[in-house]
Amino acid sequence: MSSTINTKFSRRSFLRTSSLASGGMLIGFNFFTACKDSVKMPVDIAKLNYNDFNAFIKISNEGMVTIFSPNPEIGQGVKTSMPMLIAEELDVPWENVNVVQGILDTQNYTRQVAGGSQSIRFGWDALRETGATARQMLVNAAAAKWGVDASECSAKQGVITNGKGETLGYGDVVNEAAALENERATERAAKIAALAEGEEMPAETIKLKDPKDFTLIGTDIGNVDIDKIITGKPLFGLDYKAEGMVYATVLRPPAFGQVLESYDATAAKAVPGVIDVITIGEKAKAMMAKEQIDWTAKLASSEKVVVIAENSWAAIKGKEALQAEWSVSTPLESTKAHDKILVDLLDGNEFTTLRKDGDVEKAFKQADRVVERTYESPFLPHNCMEPMNFYANVTDSKIHLVGPVQTPASAASTVANLLGRDEKDIRLEMTRMGGGFGRRLYGDFVYEAAEISDKIRKPVKMFSTREDDMTTGVYRPAIKYRIAASIKNGEVTGYRLKEAAVNGNMYGLIPNFFPAGAIENYQVDVATYNSNITTGAWRAPYTNFLSYAEQSFLDELAEAIDQDPVEMRMNLLEKVKETTDDRIEYSAERLQDVLKLAVEKSGYRNPKDGVFQGVSAYYCHNTHVAEVADVVMEGNQPVVKKITVAVDCGIVVNPLGAMNQIEGGAIDGVGHAMFSDFVFENGMATSNNYDKYRLIRMKETPIVETHFVKNTLSPTGLGEPALPPAAAAVAIAIKKATGNRVYKQPFISNMDAKPILG
Amino acid sequence: MPTYKLKINGVPNEIEASPDMPLLWALRDNLNMVGTKFGCGIGQCGACTVHVDGNAARSCQLQVSQLDGKEITTIEGLSEDGSHPVQQAWKEVDVPQCGYCQSGQIMTASAFLEKNTDPSREQIRSAMHGNICRCASYNRIENAVVKAAQKKMA
Repeated sequence: MSSTINTKFSRRSFLRTSSLASGGMLIGFNFFTACKDSVKMPVDIAKLNYNDFNAFIKISNEGMVTIFSPNPEIGQGVKTSMPMLIAEELDVPWENVNVVQGILDTQNYTRQVAGGSQSIRFGWDALRETGATARQMLVNAAAAKWGVDASECSAKQGVITNGKGETLGYGDVVNEAAALENERATERAAKIAALAEGEEMPAETIKLKDPKDFTLIGTDIGNVDIDKIITGKPLFGLDYKAEGMVYATVLRPPAFGQVLESYDATAAKAVPGVIDVITIGEKAKAMMAKEQIDWTAKLASSEKVVVIAENSWAAIKGKEALQAEWSVSTPLESTKAHDKILVDLLDGNEFTTLRKDGDVEKAFKQADRVVERTYESPFLPHNCMEPMNFYANVTDSKIHLVGPVQTPASAASTVANLLGRDEKDIRLEMTRMGGGFGRRLYGDFVYEAAEISDKIRKPVKMFSTREDDMTTGVYRPAIKYRIAASIKNGEVTGYRLKEAAVNGNMYGLIPNFFPAGAIENYQVDVATYNSNITTGAWRAPYTNFLSYAEQSFLDELAEAIDQDPVEMRMNLLEKVKETTDDRIEYSAERLQDVLKLAVEKSGYRNPKDGVFQGVSAYYCHNTHVAEVADVVMEGNQPVVKKITVAVDCGIVVNPLGAMNQIEGGAIDGVGHAMFSDFVFENGMATSNNYDKYRLIRMKETPIVETHFVKNTLSPTGLGEPALPPAAAAVAIAIKKATGNRVYKQPFISNMDAKPILG
Repeated sequence: MPTYKLKINGVPNEIEASPDMPLLWALRDNLNMVGTKFGCGIGQCGACTVHVDGNAARSCQLQVSQLDGKEITTIEGLSEDGSHPVQQAWKEVDVPQCGYCQSGQIMTASAFLEKNTDPSREQIRSAMHGNICRCASYNRIENAVVKAAQKKMA
């Protein structure tokens, strides 16, 4: 008998069951809200109602399990790993599990969002409890069938065994389980009705497995969509088609700050296959006028010209043939001007203080020496491989939306708002997404598709070209950091970080990430410049660049006080161990452990001849990561050959998928830091496709070697945390290889940059 | 609109299209073969790679009017059931993250391995350099090509 852990938290009130007309049992559940008592479960699988439940488990008479996975899949693997949590506790062989992307509940489900590497962290308890509860229902049904007590029975790998060694498969008892659960629900309702005022139902307990007894969690499970991906089956938003669907491209202002003045559609309409040319934007503007709206305000501040066509090519050619005049509504900005504005902000005195320990001014005055450096990063587009697109079919009775979006719930409610419709009329289906990286958190493309379909009253697929995507997108904001530290008697006594950023500053607990808590006098100050260029979350917001600045700076500080950079970090972390500051979310021990592991596995203490290594350690998105970069010189060029990554993400649910995230995250971090630049002139992006915008490619790719810290702590996410430490590790290795530090991204064009200050 | 004959995965098709329509859109919109992906439209990312007479080619750069008599293979026709050694290697290595670029990667790799049956890692890296994977599953792509080469030899 496996050992188990009782959990007080009851799934019962979160679950409903029904017998299916086609045989088998359906379990509906909701992560965050108890189900309403009036809610009825469907008996027809085709009528799953995601308004009351956000996920379903179907167990067939054959014992096959279908899990309707609720979270959006952008490539981070949750469509595989989240169902694994259910299947582990339900205790079914993974071969008997089929995973289907669920449709969205736009009313009740608050965390149906892919972002912030939080899916697994939030789902860890809820999904396991759901699986365990379902298993218990089946065991109860088998016990009733045998006429024995349920405590005499156990379940393993889809088979229930009683004290006499008799067995029943899950499929053999699903119909009984559903009936039993219905009786139970009736009894429960009666008990609730009989409760005195203020009295609550006693919490039920459900047994969860001890992590050491996991048979599925911790094993390598391949991507559940793999067969469809390798054979080219329709999966993505751009692949979705419907009867009578037309295609639409949108001509948006080419520069931020411009609005449509006039247009001539004569040539566009002459393109074979073009059906019509219309404009949209009135509804978006009306909605914006009515209420405070998010960043999309800027993209929606102008009317846009839409080409409706019979096929994609005609839509693209039609857009190219459009003649449009634009006028300037707000100043056209440039990277050159931003550079000056941000430096001026750093030089100025207008800051908001996000963390203040001790007295940095005093520490700086009393110091033997102050080291100060400035780090600079450009805007970056997300460049999801699948360009933004969405399908919309707006009719008088319903609105059907299908496509790739990371925030389906808010997209649906905004569409309701935009079109003045009831949210209940909206059905939003998510497709697999060809990358997200933060871009698909913003639903501008959903609103455009909806407004187009509303106007033409036809099903439409709105899609962007690569040029549209790159030039009318949302960007990682350009940011500059200035970090200063005071040194007294060989110790770091003070540390001040200033951030000057476009359109917004670091948020949440970020100002309290390492090295906060480790230095007595410590201050984080931020300042913002508001631009009309749309900016937003980009994989590991803020930390994707902050980690590079801080970890590079720590390396330079170690040099200044003549300490080994690893030792210096270990010593700093030592000081955090006794902290009582509850804003310090990172664990000093766990950060030390990943640092030690990365140092050990990378051979950092004995590098091979000609190999230069840089080390960095960072905590973000609840996961602790350390990385060592190996750089060699090829001619005059430093080349990144390898990244050794040590990760503490608690229990690794699916090592195969986890390592894929880590490999990709580390390479993404190296690639953007080394190669990617994005410049604005007169409000317009100067690169619009991959011939002018450099993404890392195969030959430049380091080998990533991943090592996990083994423990049984609850799992944390991996979509983002491997990215931030990579750039600093590379920059530090480049310093060792060339003697020069790099203070500005991308490194490739700033490799010989001299320190700006100091 | 004129009609064009396209032989795709061994099957003759006739489509009505403007002469400059790229094969990419003919496949996706006219023929409902959406495995070939749109990534950049200028032949820079490789997501739309197909085989033309056995050579890897960017379908966004090929016009339907130029393809008469050519043998075109798409991801849908690489094998009937995903059993091609390259597809199997992709599955065993569990290459994809988002998966969007992978049919293009597989088509580039499969054409390459027809010409070079025993490639070095360096040759593999060169051969795959034209295909962008934004999720950066590059290590796995490289390993899957190595594995596919072994499978083909076996």
